[in-house]
Amino acid sequence: MRAYLPKYELVTPTALEDALKLLAREPAQWKPFAGGTDLMVLLEAGKLAQRKFFSIWKLPELHGIAETREHVTLGALTTYTEVQRSETLQREFPLLCRAAAETGSVATQNRGTLGGNIANASPAADSPPALLVYDAELELVSARGARWMPYTQFHKGYKQMDLASDELITRIRIARTRSGWRQYYRKVGTRSAQAISKVCLAGVSRRDNGRIADVRIALGSVAPTVVRCVKTEEFLRAAGVLTPAAVKRTQEILSGEIAPIDDFRSTAKYRRRVACNLLAEFLRL
Amino acid sequence: MPDAAKVRIAMRVNGREVAVDAWPMARLLDVLREELRLTGTKEGCGEGECGACAVLLDGALVNSCLVPAVHADGASVTTIEGIANGEQLHAMQQAFLEHGGAQCGICTPGMVLAAVNLLERCPNPTDTDIRAGLAGNLCRCTGYMKIFESVLVACKQKGDRSQMTGK
Amino acid sequence: MHSEKPLIGRSVPRKEGREKVTGRARYVDDLVFPGMLHGATVRSPAARGRIRAIHFDKNIPWNEFTIVTAKDIPGENCVTLILHDQPCLAAETVNHPEEPVVLLAHPDKYLLEEARRSVRIEIEPLPAVFSIEDSLAKKAIIWGEDNLFKKFLVEKGDVDAAWAAADIIVDGEYETAAQEQLYIEPNGVIAIANRSEGVTVWGSMQCPYYVHKALLPLFGLPKEKVRVVQAETGGGFGGKEEYPSMIAAHAALLAWKSGKPVKIIYDRAEDMAATTKRHPSRTRHRTGVTHDGKLVAMEIDFVIDGGAYCTLSPVVLSRGTIHAAGPYECPNVRIRSRAVATNAPPHGAFRGFGAPQSIFALERHLDKVAKACGLAPDEFRRRNFVQQGGTLAVSQVIHEKVDLPRLMDRAFECSDYHAKRARFARENPSARVKKGIGFAAFLHGAGFTGSGEEFLASVVAVEATAEGRVRVLAASTEIGQGTNTIFSQIVADALGLDSALVEIAPPDTAAVPNSGPTVASRTTMIVGKLVESAALGLKQTLVSSGLLHEKFSTEDFRSACAEYIRKHGALRATSQYAPPPGIHWDDEKYQGDAYGAYAWAVYVAEVSVDTSTYEIRVDDFVAVQEVGKVIHPVLAAGQIEGGIAQGIGYALYENVVWQEGRMVNAQMTNYIMPTSADVPPIRVFFEENPYPFGPGGAKGIGELPMDGPAPAIVNAIEHATGVSITKIPVTPEVLMEALEGVNA
Repeated sequence: MRAYLPKYELVTPTALEDALKLLAREPAQWKPFAGGTDLMVLLEAGKLAQRKFFSIWKLPELHGIAETREHVTLGALTTYTEVQRSETLQREFPLLCRAAAETGSVATQNRGTLGGNIANASPAADSPPALLVYDAELELVSARGARWMPYTQFHKGYKQMDLASDELITRIRIARTRSGWRQYYRKVGTRSAQAISKVCLAGVSRRDNGRIADVRIALGSVAPTVVRCVKTEEFLRAAGVLTPAAVKRTQEILSGEIAPIDDFRSTAKYRRRVACNLLAEFLRL
Repeated sequence: MPDAAKVRIAMRVNGREVAVDAWPMARLLDVLREELRLTGTKEGCGEGECGACAVLLDGALVNSCLVPAVHADGASVTTIEGIANGEQLHAMQQAFLEHGGAQCGICTPGMVLAAVNLLERCPNPTDTDIRAGLAGNLCRCTGYMKIFESVLVACKQKGDRSQMTGK
Repeated sequence: MHSEKPLIGRSVPRKEGREKVTGRARYVDDLVFPGMLHGATVRSPAARGRIRAIHFDKNIPWNEFTIVTAKDIPGENCVTLILHDQPCLAAETVNHPEEPVVLLAHPDKYLLEEARRSVRIEIEPLPAVFSIEDSLAKKAIIWGEDNLFKKFLVEKGDVDAAWAAADIIVDGEYETAAQEQLYIEPNGVIAIANRSEGVTVWGSMQCPYYVHKALLPLFGLPKEKVRVVQAETGGGFGGKEEYPSMIAAHAALLAWKSGKPVKIIYDRAEDMAATTKRHPSRTRHRTGVTHDGKLVAMEIDFVIDGGAYCTLSPVVLSRGTIHAAGPYECPNVRIRSRAVATNAPPHGAFRGFGAPQSIFALERHLDKVAKACGLAPDEFRRRNFVQQGGTLAVSQVIHEKVDLPRLMDRAFECSDYHAKRARFARENPSARVKKGIGFAAFLHGAGFTGSGEEFLASVVAVEATAEGRVRVLAASTEIGQGTNTIFSQIVADALGLDSALVEIAPPDTAAVPNSGPTVASRTTMIVGKLVESAALGLKQTLVSSGLLHEKFSTEDFRSACAEYIRKHGALRATSQYAPPPGIHWDDEKYQGDAYGAYAWAVYVAEVSVDTSTYEIRVDDFVAVQEVGKVIHPVLAAGQIEGGIAQGIGYALYENVVWQEGRMVNAQMTNYIMPTSADVPPIRVFFEENPYPFGPGGAKGIGELPMDGPAPAIVNAIEHATGVSITKIPVTPEVLMEALEGVNA
């Protein structure tokens, strides 16, 4: 335990309103603390520069999964366990459930949250690629008001987000428009379970007479942020029936949309090659 | 130098009401081991990877090295010390004891709790369920084989018992 | 004997199992002492250099701290092992990253951590060396005169002349990497030390007498003033063989200076970065065979990387050298081996101790040689397996009945090897996930090499109480492998008592004799035999004093003990190691009876290789071994299964990432060991050919399972993909490059 504990504050506002007032009063001084599965690791490694936290863990406004005919809306504090337990998500948004099942371990899944995962903004996060292909929207709330934004626009750069210092992610909304689509999610980690992703591809496609009518493709661990591969999607929509040559061309375009690096977990070359192979696997669905 | 103040944490630990003063970001692991002297829960990595620190928090399996003390306030915590019935071992403990589920024993408290939790969620686990349910508990000694056997033995015993009582 | 069934051969409950499953077992971090301080170590940021200055930042109340540097050491600044080259605290120079320089103690462990980060060690760098190649090439001389800790030369027959008789000559080069022991309980000790009472240390350790020996010259104290007690230990695997001497010394120095008990517990990152790992290796093989696949000449060059100080490298080199030519009969052999220095934290003991390294190379190479002869890998082995009466490379004659072909047949039957070999070859060309099956055949010698056991002269005592309870006094430690249970079974059978009446005394140097270290697969075979003799000696004492007949009940035993103790004060028998007759070892020529007994094994691994992601999975694993006698089936199988899981990690997952001699992936998130989701079904089968000098006929088995998995798996990968990989770990990135190399 490499942190000087007495210097860390963790207060517990009892209502969302109070949390937002705190953020408004001292912006950038306070950060939200959800399940702690990322922040506590940093704390113990002596790498948590932020000292003041407010716990949002028990705020009721941030919990729960609500369904309307058009949308499923998840509270930002929906845990990975709760995602997997939702029958609606299992049926209509299986990639989100797959991602949740492959995040950490049972113990991590009980405490890790979607909102926390999004705000932590790791390019290797497991759920964001699924959220991206589901065209998720985020609700960001501050004392000044609330706004919805497409999740595709949230991550601006490595650990840079369109999130003001007085804003909290409160809800994640996905439109119930994926029924009947082919759905693919594959995370390649360092081992079968409890692994950090080296490459992750989420894909959904709608076929029409053997050609791809619509498609979404998102990847993790191959760029400074999770990425939607819009050029690849565009190409596929126009590609007609996919010949081996077309698949190869698609891979080339995908390769141009990602920027993997060498790090101590893997190599750029491996990530690029496997991303292309996963794409081919998705297209074979 | 200190900025924060200690906070009072009131919890129910192994069925007993307790109250301790702790730094707000103190790990539940340290509160259990140091304030309450419940040393059965172990630290293996301090990163939430090994599961040696696993406890049940309001019935959910968590890595106590990643839970700040403040989050345990008002909660019910079960540690390895809380699952036997006096001197009578829990079926899972008995199974580990008889079937080689414990070698050096350091992963055992977390592993037993994870296994108990698995059977609560999934009374008839398949091989895949067991492997997935225990994947957050690392064991360097056993190669996991005898842990799987122990879980299956405990599972069968529970099944036999519930058949007997008709539950 | 009055008891009906012997316990040897049965799986009785683990002796200390109840404490472990209830969380009551007390490991060192569970212990607290009144007035205890926490201790921490400030370590070198550089790989090699001169210490220019040590700065203490102004933000810490240093007057509250106990601060220890090299000049505070009362005696010799050295951690004694084989040579005296490793300082306890670096004084003028540092030779590896994380080398300990300053020790701090304070009652508040959080403030202590702040303080640790507030000490800066300024180092003027010197040229450093980080690889075997650079060390051999003497890019810089970093140790002694030539970077060489130790070398061996083993010769049999006349290898130089033998090449002429070879029809085919095959060369190969193989590498293995460092591996972290990764016991789930990190290193930790508590020390109390002062001039009047001496030094007492409690800790997580395998060898209390090693720690005892190391503390004596540091403090200049006589033997009786130093006491070392093993606490319940959460795994060792060799990682707590020699390293605890260092951490114990540190805690003791802080205790000595502060006058208070001091506890040092490493966190995972410190333990991984600063303590020992398995020696990396490079092996070159040149093998000459006849057209019909008979070995005529083997030349082996085996080099291991010992890190910055000598520590145990000569002994690791020894075992690796002796095992380098495996269980094969070859009339002409030369093995040249060297242990060299690099500027990494010293490498040390890890289960297998040199043999996993040299056996990996051999079993990979022999698959290559088989191919060159146009023979199936198993057929090649069959034609060359050593038989009863044959000799190994060190010219040790194998007197016992050894039947490796039978072990191989059984392993192949259990794994369906031949059918799968054919089926996978047929199906792979059109499969995206390719399958392979491969094996390794090997041996592992138990006990210390050559005259090592004689030199150790281990002693065990067994004593009885007036209540008829029996206590075993030995320095052998329980570290999960089952020492306490096995010793209880042995004594219970020797005396015809219930094992509940047998206690194992805690390994405390003030109370138990030195039965040697808990290493080298010797605890059951060597020490267990001494335990048996001491127990029989105790019985004999009672019988020959007329207090007990040859056949007796538990009550008879109790009253005989009571009577004897009433008359004589105490009832105790000791037993000291004596080598079995006819054992000869020549230390100069490195020839003769290297080990008292070998266990023999054939392991089969079945793998899947996903050609989209290059991930390799072990799908099934069969382990067949001849071990003399299985004392406790569950414990024995547990040893094999655990060792195989570590071997799978060694082959596929465990990758130490080095940057200038420092491990940069020192977290469990980034150093990958197998989880429950990664291990295949592991199926273990034993054969028994009793070893006359082991208790019940048992041979040692603790390290055996470490030797087989890596070569079996990499042989299977070759079968699956056609690609020959010569380095481990085979990560997906490595496999991708290898497959590309083939397709290019």
